[in-house]
Amino acid sequence: MLEVRHLVKHFGGLYAVDDVSFTVKTGTITGLIGPNGAGKTTLFHTIAGGYRPDRGEVFLGPKRISGLPPHRIFQLGLVRTFQIPKPFREMTVLENLMVAAPGQLGERFWSAWVAGRRVRRQEREIRERAVQVMEFLNLGRVAQELAKNLSGGQQKLVEIGRALMSDPQCILLDEPGAGVNPSLLVEIVDRIAELNSRGITFLLIEHNMDVVMNLCDPVLVMAQGRLLLEGPPDLVRSDSRVLDAYLGGTPA
Amino acid sequence: MSGVLSYLVFFLTTAAIYSIASLGLNLQWGRTGLFNIGVSGFFAVGAYAYAILTISPLTGQPGLGWPVLAGLLGAMVAAGLFALLVGIPTLRLRDDYLAIATIGIAITVQLIATNEPELTGGTNGLFAIPQPVAGWLHGSGGVAFLILVLICVALVYLALERMIHSPWGRVLVAIREDETAASSLGKSAFSFRLQSLVIGSMAMGLSGALYAAFIKFISPQDFLPIFTFQVWAMLILGGSGSSAGALLGSLVVWAIWTLSGGLIQAALPAKLQVDSGAIQIILIGLLLMLVILFRPSGLLGRKRPAVHRSTVPSKEQA
Ligand SMILES: Nc1ncnc2c1ncn2[C@@H]1O[C@H](COP(=O)(O)OP(=O)(O)O)[C@@H](O)[C@H]1O
Ligand SMILES: [Mg+2]
Repeated sequence: MLEVRHLVKHFGGLYAVDDVSFTVKTGTITGLIGPNGAGKTTLFHTIAGGYRPDRGEVFLGPKRISGLPPHRIFQLGLVRTFQIPKPFREMTVLENLMVAAPGQLGERFWSAWVAGRRVRRQEREIRERAVQVMEFLNLGRVAQELAKNLSGGQQKLVEIGRALMSDPQCILLDEPGAGVNPSLLVEIVDRIAELNSRGITFLLIEHNMDVVMNLCDPVLVMAQGRLLLEGPPDLVRSDSRVLDAYLGGTPA
Repeated sequence: MSGVLSYLVFFLTTAAIYSIASLGLNLQWGRTGLFNIGVSGFFAVGAYAYAILTISPLTGQPGLGWPVLAGLLGAMVAAGLFALLVGIPTLRLRDDYLAIATIGIAITVQLIATNEPELTGGTNGLFAIPQPVAGWLHGSGGVAFLILVLICVALVYLALERMIHSPWGRVLVAIREDETAASSLGKSAFSFRLQSLVIGSMAMGLSGALYAAFIKFISPQDFLPIFTFQVWAMLILGGSGSSAGALLGSLVVWAIWTLSGGLIQAALPAKLQVDSGAIQIILIGLLLMLVILFRPSGLLGRKRPAVHRSTVPSKEQA
């Protein structure tokens, strides 16, 4: 599904992503863990087109996506969420979701005149879809609320909701559980599992080890920009190198 | 017609011409977050394009003698082309580049207007600019032209509102709110921002064309940066993001501008009258500060959601 080959992204002398290679297999929920500053978010950003890789390549299926701008990568079926939620603050939750639908006829400025009826019909379909997604994520109650008025946890859900408005092949989730209260977290975990059973592949950054152990297989471990190891969750948990990395020890 | 009445017609025509420019700025800044501080440049391009296209060559000036309607459309196209020229190199870069480029183009246009007499009449300007509907409603002293301008305001207002409240307009707001998130959801921020810049600038061009047709004489002095300040004041006061606010703001700011100008002429000694422009700017600036402090969304600003209520489901559905 997603293949990363020798990816490098550095900021001056700081190699935030340093020659990272891995494959996310279709249908998996692949976990990505590692201490703060390991380069996980930068890796996501580089995969999704936010940064141009300094070296290396990324493939989505057979298609090389490295070097493409973010909106093209989205159109090819890869969606990402942000560690710090980026809602459209002055838009309602419903609008946040509706704007995320792909292939909208009404996004051509002239279609307000030449295709009014088709645009309205598509708007109805998109709205129905948004309402479904909001129900799925328990956001129905706040549909008309401006996104800026939501709690951090709800904003995380809006991020996920926007990602679900398209039919992505692959979703990159950056710490969906951070700052979310425990009951909401259970909900998010359920939703991810359910979406995965519907065929969406996930790559998931998460610090909550319960979530990772329950949800993810395999798990990738990053430290200091490098991929430390990859394996099933049990193995990763018991590997001494992982513990060292979290305790700040330099990997050998 | 009585003096008061004809003055009122003059006042309303000017305010209406301004309001078309502030409707354009509302699309750019209010809806898309584009920091265009060269409004006077696009206004000037529209004015000169209209003048050059419509002035009769028989006047001995650089004119093509086109019909006035073609002149109005040509002015919009010319301003749109200038917006492309400014937008293509800058809209992929950080926000401040657009600001620098727009103010640059405003100054450049003024320099060209001053220094290319073959094209623009230079400092002498262009005169005998044809006015649409001149002579209609005989003896009404400009009421016919006022009606034409008001029709233009209505058309621009309706056209922009329709686009603002379409899925296209929704993407603009998303880009304004968070460009990174919008890009990661498949929207080409560059393309949408360019469209918004061009369409908004076309409104400014139309505004300039109507100004040229109204005054019938233009020179570089008409296109000072103060115009940009006035249009911004109108938008901020009326309520950035709201087309109705842009209209109301134009009326209010232009009323204050004219009234204070009149008062200064009447009340202040001649020595201070030289600075009347500065006093007006200070007055509008103070008003803006009050608005920003006590009513930051302006008179009619950003209360509405980005898309019409009618397209969102009711509470029960959601
Ligand atoms: N835009 C940036 N400019 C400079 N350094 C950055 C930038 N973004 C991240 N970094 C640095 O890169 C390293 C990796 O950061 P990040 O990818 O956010 O790690 P993680 O998500 O694993 O916590 C950190 O040392 C961070 O300070
Ligand atoms: Mg991170």
